[in-house]
Amino acid sequence: MPSVYLDHAATTPVRPSVAEAMWPWIGGGRFGNASGAHQVARQARAAVDDAREIVAAGLGCRPADVVFTSGGTEADNTAIAGAALGGALVACSAIEHHAVLEPVLAHGGTTVAVDAQGVLDLDRLPANVRLVSVMSVNNEVGTIQPIAELRAAVGPDVVVHTDAVQAVAWLDVADVVAEADLVSVSAHKLGGPQGVGALVVRPGTDLAPLLRGGGQELDRRSGTHDVAGIIGFAEAVRVTVAERAETVARVGVLRDRLVDGLVDAIDGCAETVSRPLKVAGNAHLSIEGIDSESLLVLLDRAGVCASIGASCASGAVEASHVLAAMGRPARGALRLTLGWCSTDDDVDVALDVIPAAVAQLRRQP
Amino acid sequence: MTDSVLVAMSGGVDSSVAAALLLEAGYDVTGVTLRLWGGESDQGCCSAADVDDARRVAQQLGIAHYVFNLADEFTAGVVEPYVAAHADGLTPNPCIECNRTIKFDQLLRRTDAMGFDLLATGHHARIGPGGQLRRGADPGKDQSYVLHMLSAAVLQRVRFPVGDMTKDEVRRRADGLGLRSADKPDSQEVCFIASTTSRGGFLADRGLTLTPGRVVEAGSGTEVGRVEGVELVTVGQRKGLGLAGGSEPRYVTSVDVNSATVTVGPRRDLLVDHVTVTSWSWVTGPMTGAVQVQTSAHGVPVDGWLEPTGVVRLAQPTRRVAPGQSVVAYRGDQVVGGGPAL
Repeated sequence: MPSVYLDHAATTPVRPSVAEAMWPWIGGGRFGNASGAHQVARQARAAVDDAREIVAAGLGCRPADVVFTSGGTEADNTAIAGAALGGALVACSAIEHHAVLEPVLAHGGTTVAVDAQGVLDLDRLPANVRLVSVMSVNNEVGTIQPIAELRAAVGPDVVVHTDAVQAVAWLDVADVVAEADLVSVSAHKLGGPQGVGALVVRPGTDLAPLLRGGGQELDRRSGTHDVAGIIGFAEAVRVTVAERAETVARVGVLRDRLVDGLVDAIDGCAETVSRPLKVAGNAHLSIEGIDSESLLVLLDRAGVCASIGASCASGAVEASHVLAAMGRPARGALRLTLGWCSTDDDVDVALDVIPAAVAQLRRQP
Repeated sequence: MTDSVLVAMSGGVDSSVAAALLLEAGYDVTGVTLRLWGGESDQGCCSAADVDDARRVAQQLGIAHYVFNLADEFTAGVVEPYVAAHADGLTPNPCIECNRTIKFDQLLRRTDAMGFDLLATGHHARIGPGGQLRRGADPGKDQSYVLHMLSAAVLQRVRFPVGDMTKDEVRRRADGLGLRSADKPDSQEVCFIASTTSRGGFLADRGLTLTPGRVVEAGSGTEVGRVEGVELVTVGQRKGLGLAGGSEPRYVTSVDVNSATVTVGPRRDLLVDHVTVTSWSWVTGPMTGAVQVQTSAHGVPVDGWLEPTGVVRLAQPTRRVAPGQSVVAYRGDQVVGGGPAL
């Protein structure tokens, strides 16, 4: 059975060049603790330092700004816990990923409303906020947030964090990095390995470490470097940035054909966020008269991997806080996300399978 | 074409073996675990650990496994009626409501909508020709009581693969298959109330204001004790009534929530010669005549005569059934029907 993968926002396949770059450090005999003082350590250190430069170049920051982490969730938690000093007010958008939402709420923070398209309402920002976290791109519906306008609205003294985990594959995040103090990124959304990412800490940003220990990453994140993972991350950033313009153009055409085809073939099917407001890989839909969980089962059985949006660790689907904040119904939501290796065949199969599955669910007994 | 079956997998040994048996029998098997309760819970079909167990068993069997979130439906169909029944001084059975409104309604609808031919669960009961419901083979584990309200039309779309087996056989089978749930203990009590919470505490958290009440002697009306919440008292109860010891044991014979009065009396006051069910549900259709009635999940059946009015005349004086508790009529090992006692 052919498997059509339309869940690239959850994770995307490892790029061949990434696997190739990592291999010497996994099965090729190379190793080393980057913090040591001998030749084996030095080769690891050199690899990490090279990777740091590549990541910095791809994101538009200085190498010293890059703090390698175990992924986006750690980067988000470090940003919130490390920058939310004292009793200062913390705020985030109401549609943040749980990796931001939960730490913000744990710090007694507050959420800021978004409109029906998922765009942050800048007028609703609390006046006395000291740390504000707004994602560059939403993981469920794909909405791009106005980070430059956010910076202009809050002024230079407020610490701005942005979770750019879903942005790097589709947007030149140098624009975002230029406006924010703290930026979270993750390797596996780019074709890198799972379990590695970074927090970009812009100069002059006070940040207490979340993980204390041996003082790696200039005392901002302790723990032995995941050398292979960091090398893979860097290669994923490099290829993503190099091919991004081409990928966005090509995948955008696929996405448009997918969404137009589904909206056309299925009565009561609508695109959640309008295209100019979101990234090229996102096709979030709302389909009337069906239950999303049953639809996912039918799609899976037909070889199409899709998602509803927000999954908890148990695999159960939570009512989406993103759709709720946008004032949209959760029932009938379907998130299809394309990626760097999506093809016309994927779209063809999806256009065949999804309308048939919806028709099956709508069939009267 | 092979029949497709959706198996409701709780993570326990019965539904795990049910899935394995269906697979052996050549069905196209898919597992599903229901996430029913977002609140605190540590057992039953509700906890995250049970979802993990079910997923692991499905992986062992090599079948697809999904999780359906029916928490809102469970709250509306099971938890809220449970609280409301207590508020009315009734004795509810949430397992019956879960089977009625969740497993064999919401889940069965989804099963049909998705185009699966059958729904299977790990219940200990048997389904006969034409959708008859019969007791499970293991008298100690028989669950036909909590399934009595299913109609033949529903039962014809359902399979209970372990209904022919004893619990020991099920465990041995699980062990033989190397299923990780082989040694899991049976679930107990009300699954959505954590063991660290009392029933009263749970009800209070759900907005039920407990009414302190008087405990009075039948006949004389003399106050002999007090209770914290009349809503928590059940007909037939003996303990927790604040009664002085020493005398003949006294049992709750009635609970009146409106006047906050619990009446107690000697055991003979509990004995009745009939039980009234106002809303019978029937497996294959209305019946009258000789039946055996059972008034709790594993209670001893009592001979009776089911009248067209819905009243069952009992062959011998029998302890009164708490209002709200289900009365299930059998003929031999076959379920005729049932409903809540008046």
